[in-house]
Amino acid sequence: MSLLIVENLRIAFGGLVAVDGVSFAVQRGEIFALIGPNGAGKTTLFNIISGIYAPQGGRIVLDGEDVSGLPPYQLARRGLSRTFQNLQIFFRMSTVENVMVGRHLHEKRNVLAHLFALPSVKAQNRATRACAEKLLALVGLSAVADTPAGGLPYGALKRLEIARALATEPKILLLDEPAAGCNPTETEEVDAVIKKIAAQGIAVVLVEHDMRMVMNISSRIHVLDRARTLAEGTAEAVRANPAVMAAYLGGHGKREVHRAHA
Amino acid sequence: MRQGEAAVAEFLQFAFSGLTVGAIYALVALGFTLTYSAAEVVNFAQGEFVMLGGMVTVFAAAGGVPLPLAAVLAVVVAIAIGLALHRFAIEPARGASAVTLIIITIGASILLRGLAATFFDKNYHSLPSLFGNEPWHIGGATLLPQSLVVLAGAAIVVLGLSGFLTRTIMGKALRATAANKLAARLVGINTSAVIGLSFALSAAIGAIGGILAAPITLTNYDVGSMLALKGFAAAMLGGMGHPLGAVVGGVLLGVFEAFGAGYVSSQYKDAVAFIVILLVLFSMPQGLFGNSNVERV
Amino acid sequence: MRNVLKNPYAMVIGVALVVVVLYPLLPSSYYVRVAALAFINALAVLGLNVLMGFAGQVSLGHAGFFGIGAYAVAVGPAHLGTPSWAALPAGVVSAALIAFFVGRPILKLKGYYLAVATMGMGILFAMVVSNEANLTGGPNGMRVSRLILFGWSASGPPTWYWISGITLVIGAWIAVNLIESPTGRAFRAIHDSETAAHVLGVDAARYKLLAFVLSAVYASIAGSYFALFDGFVTPETTSFLRSIEFVVMAVLGGLGSILGSIVGATILVVLPQALTVFHDYEHIVLGALIIVFLIFLPAGIVPALRSLLQTRAS
Repeated sequence: MSLLIVENLRIAFGGLVAVDGVSFAVQRGEIFALIGPNGAGKTTLFNIISGIYAPQGGRIVLDGEDVSGLPPYQLARRGLSRTFQNLQIFFRMSTVENVMVGRHLHEKRNVLAHLFALPSVKAQNRATRACAEKLLALVGLSAVADTPAGGLPYGALKRLEIARALATEPKILLLDEPAAGCNPTETEEVDAVIKKIAAQGIAVVLVEHDMRMVMNISSRIHVLDRARTLAEGTAEAVRANPAVMAAYLGGHGKREVHRAHA
Repeated sequence: MRQGEAAVAEFLQFAFSGLTVGAIYALVALGFTLTYSAAEVVNFAQGEFVMLGGMVTVFAAAGGVPLPLAAVLAVVVAIAIGLALHRFAIEPARGASAVTLIIITIGASILLRGLAATFFDKNYHSLPSLFGNEPWHIGGATLLPQSLVVLAGAAIVVLGLSGFLTRTIMGKALRATAANKLAARLVGINTSAVIGLSFALSAAIGAIGGILAAPITLTNYDVGSMLALKGFAAAMLGGMGHPLGAVVGGVLLGVFEAFGAGYVSSQYKDAVAFIVILLVLFSMPQGLFGNSNVERV
Repeated sequence: MRNVLKNPYAMVIGVALVVVVLYPLLPSSYYVRVAALAFINALAVLGLNVLMGFAGQVSLGHAGFFGIGAYAVAVGPAHLGTPSWAALPAGVVSAALIAFFVGRPILKLKGYYLAVATMGMGILFAMVVSNEANLTGGPNGMRVSRLILFGWSASGPPTWYWISGITLVIGAWIAVNLIESPTGRAFRAIHDSETAAHVLGVDAARYKLLAFVLSAVYASIAGSYFALFDGFVTPETTSFLRSIEFVVMAVLGGLGSILGSIVGATILVVLPQALTVFHDYEHIVLGALIIVFLIFLPAGIVPALRSLLQTRAS
C-alpha cells in the first residue's frame, strides 16, 4: 500500500485556483519529485499536504489514515516532516538546538518536571543532544554544533533544515527546493544527503528546479503546470514528454536533462 | 412630556452626543490611519496632538494672543511636534519590530503628557464656543451649536484630506508610499519626507479636533491617552489604513458609546471602546473596510 | 572560570549571593524597602519575560494579573473572610484560570493585534476594579490586612525583603530550569518560527498558553506580595501605565535574559527613588527613557554588556 496518497486536491485563494484536482501516490523509500514552472502550485501543494492550509477539495491519506485537514503538529506525529523554501530556521538558537527541537515528539513533555529540574530532565537533554549530534554528522554540520544558527552560510542552513526535519523520525519527508540558491558544491552535498535518507527507507517528496539533480535521483517525477497535473512517470518518460518540454523544460532543459544522464 | 416623546428625546440626545464625540474619534482615527498606511506605525501619541490643540490654544489665548491666532499657533505647534516625533523617535528606529515601534510611540505619549503637565498645568480648561453657549432644542433634546461646528469641521477636514490625497502630487506620493514603499522609492519618491508629511498631517488633524472639541469636552493634559485608545479602536473597527473606514469607525464608536452609556451603564462608558477592539480582533481583524490577507509561507 | 560563568545556574547563585550580601549593607529601613520593591517588581517582570522573551508573545496587559494577585489578598480577607495566607494561593489560581480562558482566543492573534488585545483586556480589568467600589474600594483603593502566619505578623521592610528576595531566587531558578528544558526549547522555537515549530510537532497553541499562564502566576504572586507589604492597594496597580512599565523593565534589561529582567526592574524601581527631586518629572523621564533605550539599545542592557565583554575577551 502506498505511504502517501493525494487524491484530487483542490484549493483556491479568492478567485485564483492554486491547486486543481491533483492526485498522486508515493511509495515507501522512493524519491518522488514535483516539478513545474514557478506558480504551478508546488509549494501550495506542500503546504496542503503538511497541514498548513486545509484543502477545499479532495483528501490526503497517510499510511492508510485519512489525514485531510489535520494541523501540522498532528501530521508530524504521524510521521510527516518537511523543510521550507524560504528558510524557517530558529535563528536565535544554536545549530544543535535547532535539531533538538525536532526531537520534541520523542521527548517526555512533563512540564512540572521541567520547571523543577527533576533528574529525568538532565538525562533527557543529554539523550536529545546525542541524537541531534548524530543527525548533524549525517549532514556534515558537526563542526558548527554550538554556533548560533544565524551565523551559518546559506547552504549549511539548507542542510540544517533537513537534519532538523529528520529528527522527528519521519516516514516521509517533504523537501521544498533543498538546493535553491546553492552553488554546485552545496548542491552535490544536498544530493548526497537525500540519497542517504532514501537509503534508510524514508520516502522523499522533492520540489526542485535543478533538473540535473531531479533527473539524477528521482524514482518518479510528477509535473505540475498552472495548478494541474501535466504528466507523471519515470525520469526518461517525463523528459521525453512533448507537453512537458513545451511547458517547462524547453530547449535549455533538454540539454540539462541530457547532461544528467551523460 | 408624554412617555413616547420622552423616549424619542432621550434617543435624540444620545444620538447628538454620540455623533459629536464620534466626529472627534473620527479625526483621531484618521490620524492613526494616515501614519499607519504611510509608515506602518501605530502611533499611540496621536491623542496628544488633540490635547496639544486644545491646551496650546488655551494658554496662548491666556497669554494675550487673539483666539484665532492662538488656534493657528496650536496647529503649528502640533505639526512641529509631529515632525519631531518622526525625526527623533520613529526614523532612528527604522527596522525595529512593529511592537517595539508601538512601545516607542507609547513612550512619546508619556513624555508629551509629562511635558504638558509641567509646562501647562493639570487643570481642566475650556475654550469659548464659536456660536455661543445657548443650546438649541430639537425634538425635545438639546443640541449645542458647537456640536455642529465639530461635525462641520470634521467634515471639512475629511473632504480637504480626500482632495489632497487624490488631486495633489504630494497626496499621490503619500498614497503611493502607502501602497508599496519600495516601489515608491524606486520611482523616485522621497519616502522619508512623505512619512514625515503623514505625521505632520495627522498632527494637524488631531490638533484641529482638539480645538473644535475643547468648548464641549474641556481640555486637560491627560485627555490624550483615552482619546488615543478610542481613536485606535475606531480605526481598527473601520479597518486600519482605510481613511473612509476611520471616519465610519469613529462615528460608529461614538454612537455605540453614547447609547451604551445611556441605555446600559454610564459607569462603563469607556469600556465600550475596548469591547469593540476585542470584538473586532476576534471576529474580523481587518475591520469593516479592510481585506483579509493570507500569509504566504 | 569561564565555564563556571557559562553555567546558567551561576546567575541564580549570583542573585542569591546579592540578596544575602546586600542586606547588611543597606543603611536604613528606607533602602530595605526599596530593595524589597525591586525584588517584587523583578518577580513580575520575570514572568513577563517568560512570555515575551522566551515565547515571543507580547503582552501589554501584564499589570492585570499583578492586580489580580494584589486584590485577591485585599478582597479575600475583607469581604470573604479568608485568611491572607489562603488568599494568596487563591489569587494565583484565579490568575492562572483567567489566563487560561482569556489566553486561548487571544493567543491566536499575532504581533500588534496581540499587543492591542492584551492592552484591551488589561484596561477592561482596571475599569472593573475601579468601578466596583463596594468590592474593591473603587478609585481610592482599599486597605489590605497584614499577612499572619502561625500567629506571627509578616510586616515591615526586613520581613518582606527576605520573603520577596527568596521568592525571586526561586523564581529565577525555575526560569532557568524552564529554559534548559524541552519546554523552554519549544518556547524559543515558537518565538523564532511558529510555523517551523508546528511542523516539527510542537503544539504551538498549547505552549503559548502555558507561557501565558506561567507569566500570570509570577505576576499574581508579585502582586500579592506588593499588596501585603504596602498594606494598601489601588487600581493604579492594574493600570495600563503599570503594564507599560513592566514591559519597559523587561525590554530595558533585555528580553530573553533572566538577569536582564532583574536588572531592568531594579533600575526602574531605584531610579525614581534616587531622583526624588524629579518626582514631578517622572513621566518625562520615563517617556524619554523608553524612546532612547528602544532606539539605541533594543536588545537591552544585559545582552549589550554581554556582547561587549565577549568582544573584549576575544
